[in-house]
Amino acid sequence: MAIYEKKQERKAPSSTKGATHWVRENLFSSPLNVALTFLGVMILFWVIPPFIKWAYINANFAGTTREDCVSGGACWVFIRMKIDMFMYGFYPSELRWRVNTIYGLFFVLAASFKYLKSPSIKLVLAHLYFIVGFFLVHGGFFGMEAVPTDKWGGLMLTIMVAAVGIAAAFPLGVILALGRASHLPIIKSISVTYIEFIRGVPLITILFMSSIILPLFFPEGMSFDKLLRALIGIAMFESAYIAENIRGGLQSIPKGQYEAADAIGLSYWQKMFLVILPQALKVAIPNLVGVSIALFQDTTLVLIIGLFDLLAMVRLSAADSYWLGYETEGYVFVTFIFWFFCYSMSNFSQKLEKRFNTNLR
Amino acid sequence: MLALLRNQKIRGILFQLLTVIGLVAFLWYIGTNTVANIEQRGIQTGFGFLNGTSGFGIDQSPISYTEEDTHGRVFIVGLLNTLIIAFVGIICATIVGLIIGILRLSKNWLIAKLAKAYIDFFRNIPLLLQILFWYNVVLRAMPSPKQSYSFFEIIFINNRGLYFPLPDYNTTFFAILASLLCALFGAIALNSWANKRKETTGDDFLVLPYALGMFILFPIVAYFVSGAHLDFSFPELRGFNFKGGKTLSPEFLALTFALTIYTATFIAEAVRSGIEAVSHGQKEAAASMGFSPYQSLKLVVLPQAIRIAIPPIINQYLNLIKNSSLATAVGYPEIVTVFAGTSLNQVGQAIEIISMTMLVYLIISLVVSAILNWFNHKMKIQER
Repeated sequence: MAIYEKKQERKAPSSTKGATHWVRENLFSSPLNVALTFLGVMILFWVIPPFIKWAYINANFAGTTREDCVSGGACWVFIRMKIDMFMYGFYPSELRWRVNTIYGLFFVLAASFKYLKSPSIKLVLAHLYFIVGFFLVHGGFFGMEAVPTDKWGGLMLTIMVAAVGIAAAFPLGVILALGRASHLPIIKSISVTYIEFIRGVPLITILFMSSIILPLFFPEGMSFDKLLRALIGIAMFESAYIAENIRGGLQSIPKGQYEAADAIGLSYWQKMFLVILPQALKVAIPNLVGVSIALFQDTTLVLIIGLFDLLAMVRLSAADSYWLGYETEGYVFVTFIFWFFCYSMSNFSQKLEKRFNTNLR
Repeated sequence: MLALLRNQKIRGILFQLLTVIGLVAFLWYIGTNTVANIEQRGIQTGFGFLNGTSGFGIDQSPISYTEEDTHGRVFIVGLLNTLIIAFVGIICATIVGLIIGILRLSKNWLIAKLAKAYIDFFRNIPLLLQILFWYNVVLRAMPSPKQSYSFFEIIFINNRGLYFPLPDYNTTFFAILASLLCALFGAIALNSWANKRKETTGDDFLVLPYALGMFILFPIVAYFVSGAHLDFSFPELRGFNFKGGKTLSPEFLALTFALTIYTATFIAEAVRSGIEAVSHGQKEAAASMGFSPYQSLKLVVLPQAIRIAIPPIINQYLNLIKNSSLATAVGYPEIVTVFAGTSLNQVGQAIEIISMTMLVYLIISLVVSAILNWFNHKMKIQER
């Protein structure tokens, strides 16, 4: 039998609430903790004041030329002068109202989604939005001047590639997920092969494939636009990831739901679209938002195959011989934009997760 | 006929048949078009190009490589460089990720918030942007070789890269290497012996001081036994650039920094969720058994947390390997840059080259997921 020694008695804590207690408990509870706190303060001190000094106190906001950047900090004049390039690429300036209309319509669409109840009307509206969007941005119809896709660029292209990529990949992903969960052996093995193949290779190689090899697959006369080729590659890539997330959702549906749908005599497609998928998608939504964030970040890769997304536009502007040397400002600016979009989306997904959790209970 | 169509089995077969016919027709359409296009454009086919002379240089190669070498050798060099960056990236990202993941759960409020800020910041910025930032902004802002930053005149950093000394490969060097290996095996053996003793007798045995002793003593003994002759090749400024020692190029550094910092955020989250997933009751049970916080962590929490955290971490390793293909944006000579880039531009055989490149990543993915499955199987909780 072991003999235990009595531990030394300790004084009762002098306070268990209030700011001092909080500080003592959370910042200075042990020697290690004190050291960590000092380390943390040092890191903050090392990062934040120099950045604020560079980006705000010593920065130049006013002016139009590089001679206006004299105080040694960031030269935001560069961003101001190039902002239109960053937003629209080479889209003709007198036609930019079309792009802005699309942005405006997006908010109208989002607002109408809040009040509309029927999912089918929402679906029709969303499709309508994409169609109207394409006609407006591309032009060439109803007497509108056509803008070829090589003039598209900047943030507008980034958002478009991400949105069209998700919209095109989603139905394909649903079909692949259903295929993978299917009992039919050939359908299942085709889906598994496709998903595992795509998930096993980097997006860059898929983009190379779609931009270099895809034209070889089709007859001579059938020419694909560069942007369209990139979109095909991205949709192929994303559909595999979407399929895997939906499969996760499908697996979480209890067997009883399938049996109940069978018992009331629903066909396979009725069973899937009316009973199983609505529940499975609900479970999968947080992960699908995760896929969308990843895609939004991945859109930057299109610069490698020669499309001018936001990042490519910034690189191009910083290589402008007049503004040479201001690439830091450019990169900080894109960082902020990407961070803003991705962080809002991930916050949104956390909110969704909470909402759906309470529903399931 | 209609009755047959209502039979679920027959409908299934019919549906699959239609899918196969559709797929074959599609592939056949693509195939004939491709053959026609290849003929029309006079593109060569086959893998003969692998024996052709490449005619371009690669500035970093782990094996000997000159412009007279073949495209086949370019493929090997690219593959090796991919494996190098993947290996280095995985090691660095694991270390940083573990540290951040643990700090994220620190009782120190400030440190926990800083770790969270790190994760929230870096995981929401595209990796390509991070690579370009390190390469174009940070490393390019380094001074020229003549004004290099130096650490004790041994390690230098400038806009051409990082220079550090490298020991010459002689007997003493290999003896020290071997002694370190011996110390490692010795420490592992000692640890398993101590564990066994603990299980049978319940007595504690502190392995750490002995293991440390081995790691210090063995190399010293090896150094003197093998002749005490250790030469270093130091980097020196000659003319406009450094000679000697080992150089890490700015491309390599930028890629390593970005891959490490980006992947570490995901590894940190995996570590955190693994530790948090261990139910609180387990920790309370450990505490009520009289375990110290350290014992509770080592014997109760970590064994369970590792089981949860390792599969997502291995998936992140896989992502890191695939993401190393972004090297092509800064020109680090891995497989996508040199083989799917430069070689492809020279010979133009896109189908062969891109499928070979994809195959490399596919094989790596299959190997990694085989390891993952093996691990999951081994770690599965044995239930009734």
